[in-house]
Amino acid sequence: MIDPTVVDLSRTQFAVTVLYHFLFVPLTLGLSFLLAAMETVYVVTGKVIYKQMAQFWGKLFMINFALGVATGLTMEFEFGTNWSFYSGFVGDIFGAPLAIEGLMAFFMESTFVGLMIFGWDRLRKGQHLAVTYLVALGSNLSALWILIANGFMQDPRGAVFDPTTMRMQLTSFTQLIFSPDAQAKFVHTSIAGYVTAALFVAGVSAWYMLRKRHLELARRSFRMAVLFGVLATMGVITLGDALGFVGAHAQPTKLAAMEGLWKSESAPMAWNVIAFPSQQAQKNVGVIQIPYVLSLLATHSLYGTVPGMLELEKRAARRIQNGIPAIEALQTLSKHPRDAAAMAQFKAHEKDLGFGFLLQRYAPNVATATPVQIRQAARDAIPEVSVVFWSFRIMVGLGLAMLAFFVLGVIYTMRNVVQDRPWFLKTAVWMIPIPFIACEMGWLVAEVGRQPWTVFEILPTWMSASTHSVGYLVFSLIGFVLLYTVFIIIEMYLMVRAIRQGPESHGSGGGHRNVTTTHGGLPRPTLALQPSSSALQRSNREE
Amino acid sequence: MENYVILQVIWWLLLGILLMGLAIMVGMDMGVGAILRYVGRTDIERRVALNIIGPHWDGNQVWFVLGGGAIFAAFPLVYATAFSGFYVVMLLLLWTMILRPVGFEYRSKLLSPAWRNLWDWALFISGFVPMLVFGAAFGNLFMGVPFHFEWNMTSFYTGSFLGLLNPFAILCGLLAVALAAYMGSVTIMNGAEGVMFERARGLARTMAIAAVILFAAGGLWVANIGGFQIISGPGAGVAQTPLQQVVSHGSASWLANYRVYPLLWLLPITGFFGMLSGLLAAWARRSHLAWWLGALAWIGVIGTAGAALFPFMLPSSSTPSQSLTIWNSSSSELTLTWMLGFALVFVPLIVWYTSWAFYVMRGKVLEEEVASDEHAY
Repeated sequence: MIDPTVVDLSRTQFAVTVLYHFLFVPLTLGLSFLLAAMETVYVVTGKVIYKQMAQFWGKLFMINFALGVATGLTMEFEFGTNWSFYSGFVGDIFGAPLAIEGLMAFFMESTFVGLMIFGWDRLRKGQHLAVTYLVALGSNLSALWILIANGFMQDPRGAVFDPTTMRMQLTSFTQLIFSPDAQAKFVHTSIAGYVTAALFVAGVSAWYMLRKRHLELARRSFRMAVLFGVLATMGVITLGDALGFVGAHAQPTKLAAMEGLWKSESAPMAWNVIAFPSQQAQKNVGVIQIPYVLSLLATHSLYGTVPGMLELEKRAARRIQNGIPAIEALQTLSKHPRDAAAMAQFKAHEKDLGFGFLLQRYAPNVATATPVQIRQAARDAIPEVSVVFWSFRIMVGLGLAMLAFFVLGVIYTMRNVVQDRPWFLKTAVWMIPIPFIACEMGWLVAEVGRQPWTVFEILPTWMSASTHSVGYLVFSLIGFVLLYTVFIIIEMYLMVRAIRQGPESHGSGGGHRNVTTTHGGLPRPTLALQPSSSALQRSNREE
Repeated sequence: MENYVILQVIWWLLLGILLMGLAIMVGMDMGVGAILRYVGRTDIERRVALNIIGPHWDGNQVWFVLGGGAIFAAFPLVYATAFSGFYVVMLLLLWTMILRPVGFEYRSKLLSPAWRNLWDWALFISGFVPMLVFGAAFGNLFMGVPFHFEWNMTSFYTGSFLGLLNPFAILCGLLAVALAAYMGSVTIMNGAEGVMFERARGLARTMAIAAVILFAAGGLWVANIGGFQIISGPGAGVAQTPLQQVVSHGSASWLANYRVYPLLWLLPITGFFGMLSGLLAAWARRSHLAWWLGALAWIGVIGTAGAALFPFMLPSSSTPSQSLTIWNSSSSELTLTWMLGFALVFVPLIVWYTSWAFYVMRGKVLEEEVASDEHAY
């Protein structure tokens, strides 16, 4: 049996490393498309200012991208290093989207990002634009495959446990990739990235406008960003609602925790705006409710209901009982793979195998499990309500605040008065961290809300971890915290520095000679014209 | 069942190809990192070296990511058991590797010599250590690793972290470092001129000789340690767990496959040929040819190791019967089929656009252009 401290530390380490990684991913997802949009305007209209915009924001993009790539490597390792039982148990299904992500998306993104940065003078306009779009497409496809993998953990489809190999096996690839949870989550997450990038660009541009610097670039960037942002925020909220709706059916425990719903109620259900859920007493204190709203949100109808956590706990207890014979049969099959009676017993109870595993945490030998142990295991079926409840509310609240901001931003920029609203520009600067916080909260809702499972109702978290000693975990956790702290300080410093410097000087190609013609295999150097810097001075003088 | 066997073997070969891709492409960049302080004595020289691989290191690194992803998808038990068993070593590999993206991107963003010097050391570490660990991990496969499984396939690693750094493993690690440094040297020859070209040329020669010696020594060593052998088991193409076979350790030789199929000797011959002719090509200043011969050397070395190990993937020294083989640790037929479909479409596509990217950025990197360019590393 795995030391519970090791499981907790493994969870902490995964949360720390993935939340950290997820600081950089959303900006990459969105900014890559904004870069492509700016460059499109440049290619279509020929206005050099848009090339400067693409290059300037491209520089900030790369500072962010480097840490996204670096911390993404950790995620690739961590399933194996820290969640080895999980990896062996669902690798047949979960590994495939990760490998396809590498084949289809990450390779494309990473190969073309080099050309995007170094290829300005070597590629024709149209070629370079195509390269930029491929970077954006690659990063977004990357998110698609990662979220298909995550979708399997949330709502496992297209797979079944096979006792002859002692692990989950794929039964339908199409069910895996067209999982409704994965699709809704992909769109919600990638558009959240667009919101993040829009606010980042709007905020930095607002800072320039406040200081009356680079006004031409700032105004145009701001306008593009808020237009992009208002659409994206509306998309995020719509898809968030769709995701909640899909999730309500796939994971009733997560929904009940998000809404702090302990007792099942009759329709129309009231919605808890504010509440302080107590896991111990299994009820809320300090509740403020709005009638009717929960039925509308969760079922899109006034007459729908969803079960409360107390009822879900009772259901879990029944399934745990039913999981006991499944575990017993499996133990026999491990020794005697061809035992027909054990196989028949397993088949009769296989849908509750995961609940049997849940019980094994308290009763390693399930045959002698006591009612108290079954009750303990059933209580585990409810996630940490206050964390899920509040991260959900913070995420939604910040989302609505960003919507209000972008709507105002669009109005002001369309009426061309945004530079006369210093309070609004200051707000924009202060709002830069908001989408990052909202994204982190979204991760918490999704992943804490899925507990106690790594694969919902199939594999519990407690048995998914690797069998390490506590010392190993302390060592690695300290290592990650130290390394990542140093990285973020450097990243923030370089980002702020690059923003302060602004789009002053330009040059691109990484010192690679501009090859226009080749003779006898030898590249002939030509001096690359740098229209950007002179054009920039011109635009600055205009102000 | 026959289909399943074929798929398992194809995925074992594909994994080999991905590892070769990793060794060649990532190894070349890591080699440049490892020799950075030697071939580049001044800041501008080091920047030239970094900008030679600047447009490509990120794409190249995906071979590594893809290698990990492919082991996970095609041989999940190997991924799970090896990555958790090698915990400390894996963290060493990871922590040094993630210095690289940050180092490339951030090193030249500030003018301070102390800052740049610090990152040059970081790039050295992130070139040298991962290749050492990569080779050492391979070496450990020949010695076997102490692990076993519980009834439900929970794996337990019972060795210490220092056990993974045994002399044979370190020899394999040094071979990987030598080949990487060779590839790094000829890459610098491809992209630099003058004094840097000459320094890299000298280093390429040293590294090729070192690789020949280490590869020969490794071969002699392997011939004299006991191999693993499957005595009985469910066999190829049958769904199974590693609990159902009997494996002996020490009675057989790792060269058994070579005795049965003498044609396999072509693999080590390819390795030696690549190294020796690469040495000559570098000496003759034919750096592009030397690069391709270095790639051939990698193919020979990894092929040699794979042919000896077949069908073992991760032998267990403490419980030999629970050793992981192609047959008991691969994914299901359905997963392998779908993955093969994706690989057949996308691997050629990747090779094609990677080649295009190298074609676009071909030619020498000049000091004056690096100095005047803000986007340069």
